[in-house]
Amino acid sequence: MPTEYEPVIGLEVHCELKTATKLFCGCRTTFGNEANTQVCPVCLGLPGTLPVLNEKAVEYAVKIGLALNCTIAQYAKMDRKNYYYPDLPKAYQISQYDKPLNYGGYLEVPLKEGIKRIGVTRAHLEEDAGKLVHAGGKAGRLDSSDYSLADYNRGGIPLVEIVSEPDIRSADEAYAYLTELKNILLYIDVSDCNMEEGSLRCDANVSIRPKGTEKFGTRTEIKNMNSFKFAKQAIEYEIKRQAALLDKGERVVQESRLWDVTENKTKTMRSKEEAHDYRYFPEPDLVPIILSGDYVRKIKDQLPELPGAKRARFASKYGLTAYDAGVLTADQELAHWFEEGAKHTKSPKGLANWIMGDMAAKMKEQEKELKDLEFDQKKLGELVDLMEAGTINSKQAKEVFAEMFDAGVSPAEVVKSRGLAQVSDPKAIEGAVDKVLSENPNVVADYKGGKQGVIGFLVGKVMQASRGKANPKLVNEILKKKLDA
Amino acid sequence: MKNEVLSKTIHEVSADLKAKKVSSVELTKAALDHLEEIEPKVQSFITITRDEALKRAAEADQRLASGKDVTPLTGVPLAIKDLLCTKGIRTTCASRMLETFVPPYNATVVEKLYEAGAVSVGKTNMDEFAMGSSTESSFYKKTRNPWNLNCVPGGSSGGSAACVSSDQAFGSLGSDTGGSIRQPAALCGIVGLKPTYGRVSRYGLIAFASSLDQVGPFAKDVEDCGLLLGAIAGQDPKDSTSADLPVPDYAAEMKKGVKGLRVGIPKEFFPAGLNQEVADAVKKAIVELEKQGAKVEEVSLPASPYGLAAYYVLAPSEASSNLARYDGVRYGLRVPGENIVEMYSKTRAAGFGPEVKRRIMLGTYALSSGYYDAYYLKALKVRRLIKQDYDKAFGKVDVIATPTAPNPAFRFGEKTGDPLSMYLEDVFTVSINITGLPGLSVPCGMSESGLPIGLQLIGKAFDEATLLRTAYAYEQATEWHKQKPALKES
Repeated sequence: MPTEYEPVIGLEVHCELKTATKLFCGCRTTFGNEANTQVCPVCLGLPGTLPVLNEKAVEYAVKIGLALNCTIAQYAKMDRKNYYYPDLPKAYQISQYDKPLNYGGYLEVPLKEGIKRIGVTRAHLEEDAGKLVHAGGKAGRLDSSDYSLADYNRGGIPLVEIVSEPDIRSADEAYAYLTELKNILLYIDVSDCNMEEGSLRCDANVSIRPKGTEKFGTRTEIKNMNSFKFAKQAIEYEIKRQAALLDKGERVVQESRLWDVTENKTKTMRSKEEAHDYRYFPEPDLVPIILSGDYVRKIKDQLPELPGAKRARFASKYGLTAYDAGVLTADQELAHWFEEGAKHTKSPKGLANWIMGDMAAKMKEQEKELKDLEFDQKKLGELVDLMEAGTINSKQAKEVFAEMFDAGVSPAEVVKSRGLAQVSDPKAIEGAVDKVLSENPNVVADYKGGKQGVIGFLVGKVMQASRGKANPKLVNEILKKKLDA
Repeated sequence: MKNEVLSKTIHEVSADLKAKKVSSVELTKAALDHLEEIEPKVQSFITITRDEALKRAAEADQRLASGKDVTPLTGVPLAIKDLLCTKGIRTTCASRMLETFVPPYNATVVEKLYEAGAVSVGKTNMDEFAMGSSTESSFYKKTRNPWNLNCVPGGSSGGSAACVSSDQAFGSLGSDTGGSIRQPAALCGIVGLKPTYGRVSRYGLIAFASSLDQVGPFAKDVEDCGLLLGAIAGQDPKDSTSADLPVPDYAAEMKKGVKGLRVGIPKEFFPAGLNQEVADAVKKAIVELEKQGAKVEEVSLPASPYGLAAYYVLAPSEASSNLARYDGVRYGLRVPGENIVEMYSKTRAAGFGPEVKRRIMLGTYALSSGYYDAYYLKALKVRRLIKQDYDKAFGKVDVIATPTAPNPAFRFGEKTGDPLSMYLEDVFTVSINITGLPGLSVPCGMSESGLPIGLQLIGKAFDEATLLRTAYAYEQATEWHKQKPALKES
């Protein structure tokens, strides 16, 4: 019988902060400008220049720490991480080593099985490197290209590196962790989290061990994945690759690997033997960062309600399922939109269904965002209430919604002007029922003979006769009563 | 023929400029002519900036004519060590690596001198990347000691010391990481001051060891030293390690006399085997201070003998990181290679001299994983112990007096074969950098062979005023600073 393995996964997420200027100089941080137009002697690391810490970046980093339930350091410092690479102009990255700003936190991730708490080892502040473009030769490799071009616009942009504990047990959990983390970062408004532009990047440490054992297996590190989908695929692939090795009696080599998007596999990047000794030491050009309790409290007071808390509140306050609460809170703006709408309806649950159903579908189809909508929450609430009160049926409601979506008109007015109101007057329905029964004696005979399923046909006839306005529930009831009489 | 005005001090010539006895252009021309005439003998400069100097001199003359914003430095020709960045003027650090490096910015101290209206005649020679005690490790030339051209001027700021000593400039800026201002000042018979770490901005000072480097002045006398310090001191938003403290009026502070001042003499700085002439000169100087009413007492700095060892871990460690940026990618020397690693190693092999390489290797080793605790961390602990010693001593005294260097100037090549003997040149100066305290060297004697000897005064943090006051009182009673070198070989 083959061994069953348990994956052990830890994630390192690099999040670019959306400060106006870089971490140690006054250069702008705008993405996509012409190469080397957002540089100065400081971020180019020219001789004699000195870094000066961006206060806003510290504030944002502390915000992240607080949102991830970390302890905020009273005393933190910056350190130098030394290595040579042409995208790193000083040949060291100013980062944090043994005194990070934030440590010992956790993130609560919603899974199908319930909420799982994943530890956050630390979230520290550091500077980003520049970008290289390799030309000719073996594409994409510095060593074998004909020449390489360096763009230092990104160099010195503040990053927070968020390191998780090895608490993650599957690629799906990793995906859920990343999704929740991104959501939090967006909620607290510290990063664009734009993965295409590289403002959110992820490395995964993956190992496996026989299920039921404690000892960690040898891990590999998958570097620089720029989409959650790739991260999930890469982790899945890596788990299978490692399992196949162990099953063959071979061993996993500790190394850095890259996810090859075209071949859908991870590939060796560099082995541990080639690994750097970063020779960390305290950055002498900067002074320690001392954070007072007051400072941290002020930042904490500014934090918005975070996704986890909002989800729980939505579920209990509005009677939503965990899934619905998750969908509505996945976007802070949408959550806010919903909550405004809930004030205008008797059925928040019904409102949620509309938002996640027809509204989401139409918005996607027409590539619209919330701010582009022709109608407001009050109107949608009106529609929900019209339907809940039985004034219109669901089919009518869809028509009204479409008109409201396109023209922004009030549902009550649409119902009025188009005479759509549902007929819920039993007397009116009784007349229609009697007519249909008298016109279809054979069907009535079939019913009485035991074929009760034919009632659907009769309901359809009554609805047709009422041009869809009759209350279907009432039609059903009356039909049944008369047939069974 | 040397113009006699060049022998004057800054405060003297500044009075002449203000009184319109001489113009800055005349003064600068005279200085440049004299500089160029004796430069083949002394070799103080890597780059002479005649045109730039005359342009600034003309501007200074306008300022003097208008009478507005005139400072004691307005129109005065000075020199700048070639590791302080000067906009548009190449800044080499005496290294082949930076032979072509032209900074697009001024160091804050340079900016401050310019704002004060000073004129710079050029960039002075030094040990490569300030690593050395004799200026012999310069890639470009060997600066000679004006008192004996066969001797070194000390280092690393040898050019900045020699040019002031030989009247090529009225004053200069240097940098001091382990003694690089005080030791050459002592060896060239002038005044040199290493300010408290944080007193002067390091922005634009090309780093050797960031936690130890400090910019400071060389001057012909103590009064000039105070003028120069006043001009460059103060907090700089570009340097997070610069201190937010007011800068005292040094000219007023220094003239208060030493009556009642408590002077400490640390026995550890007068070991058996110390050069007798040095020991005698320094002791005589202390007696002179006592004569003027200072109270002298012995203090102990027991950890200071470990200062040199700690220094030679800390400084190279920081240097190994600071100098890693010279990789041939963006500026300076590039030696092409088959691939990036080969380019790095060929560039650095060709760009750095042996002493720089030695220190990069020392530092890289000390910071390596597995050795960090044994070396770097240990050195930090020694640093703290030494600091505690000084804190304790300064509980009892106001200023500490020691020799600046263990001996007068030595001959070329005498110590280059044995790095350790060269490192011992810094034995009395390094602990001041390690603790961040201010230190000053003032001439206090002559050896029998006619070489200057320096008295080192060490002060409390940010108390440069007391150092200047002590040195000024001493200088007023002595003539050492008035002697001029003959620019002869012997």
